[in-house]
Amino acid sequence: MRWGVVVFPGSNCDRDCLFVLQQVLGREAIAIWHDERNLPPVDAVVLPGGFSYGDYLRSGAIAALSPIMAAVGRAARSGLPVLGICNGFQILCEAGLLPGALLTNADALFHCHPVHLRVESNCCLFTRGFASGEVVQMPIAHGQGRYYADPSTLDRLERSGSILFRYCDVHGERTREANPNGSVANIAGICNEEGNVVGLMPHPERACETLLASTDGLRLFHSLGSTPPEVEPGATYAGSAVR
Amino acid sequence: MIRARVLILPKRTVFDPQGEAVRHALGHFGLAAVDRVRVGKEIEIEIPDGGDPTEIRSRLETIARDFLANPVVEEFELHIEGLP
Repeated sequence: MRWGVVVFPGSNCDRDCLFVLQQVLGREAIAIWHDERNLPPVDAVVLPGGFSYGDYLRSGAIAALSPIMAAVGRAARSGLPVLGICNGFQILCEAGLLPGALLTNADALFHCHPVHLRVESNCCLFTRGFASGEVVQMPIAHGQGRYYADPSTLDRLERSGSILFRYCDVHGERTREANPNGSVANIAGICNEEGNVVGLMPHPERACETLLASTDGLRLFHSLGSTPPEVEPGATYAGSAVR
Repeated sequence: MIRARVLILPKRTVFDPQGEAVRHALGHFGLAAVDRVRVGKEIEIEIPDGGDPTEIRSRLETIARDFLANPVVEEFELHIEGLP
């Protein structure tokens, strides 16, 4: 299985994603420059976090028009798994590959801390390594992560099981206090109706090693492999010895 | 010269934290009772004269609707000067 990680001007989590895929998971992964008009042969694409094009105009708006995104859009519509993390989620929404939009956090602050997430659905390619209703932990780091969708879109997301992660407290309760950015219905991550395009604001690539307090993110990347996740607390992973 | 101005504001149905922060600050100027402030942006596009006016207008409308504004969360007005 070969992953491609798209690099936009201003991406800053591309190397973290490549490190996790190559060194922690032991998968083949390549960087893809935003200017490419065609995707190289890959089995999945990651749009990493960062501040593509300086977040000018709106976060993700300019990146959504880059040549590679036309290719990603064509491939996504043919079923290629695409994972957008943070700025990648914003880009997917701006490109129309996911519904809704991500707005400035309700308290207008940049939030950079771990959050608890409830897995709402494990029917998607990227969440099948989780149990539905499970509470996991990953960090967030964003100023514009307030997910918004109009009521009819929200209703469609709910009914189609496209809401994958919600911000919750440690017990899995969906509270206002556990919602770091004012997202509608505490939404932290969604997928398209086909289940192959996923966007989430939390950073799974920053939760892949015991050193980083949580390995829950690894299971998201692992979900898309041939084998089911084998994540044990305190375990070391292929490539960990590299450090 | 043809000059297009695109005025973009957050929709009234969408909470605007920047507008809310500005609204609070208006109290410093003695204007305490303000119902709402929305902060948006204005984008100016200058184009040399010439070309098909209908096509230019149509392209500017597409640019404003599909790129400069995000219709999910924003409303916009497009004003074009200098187009015959």
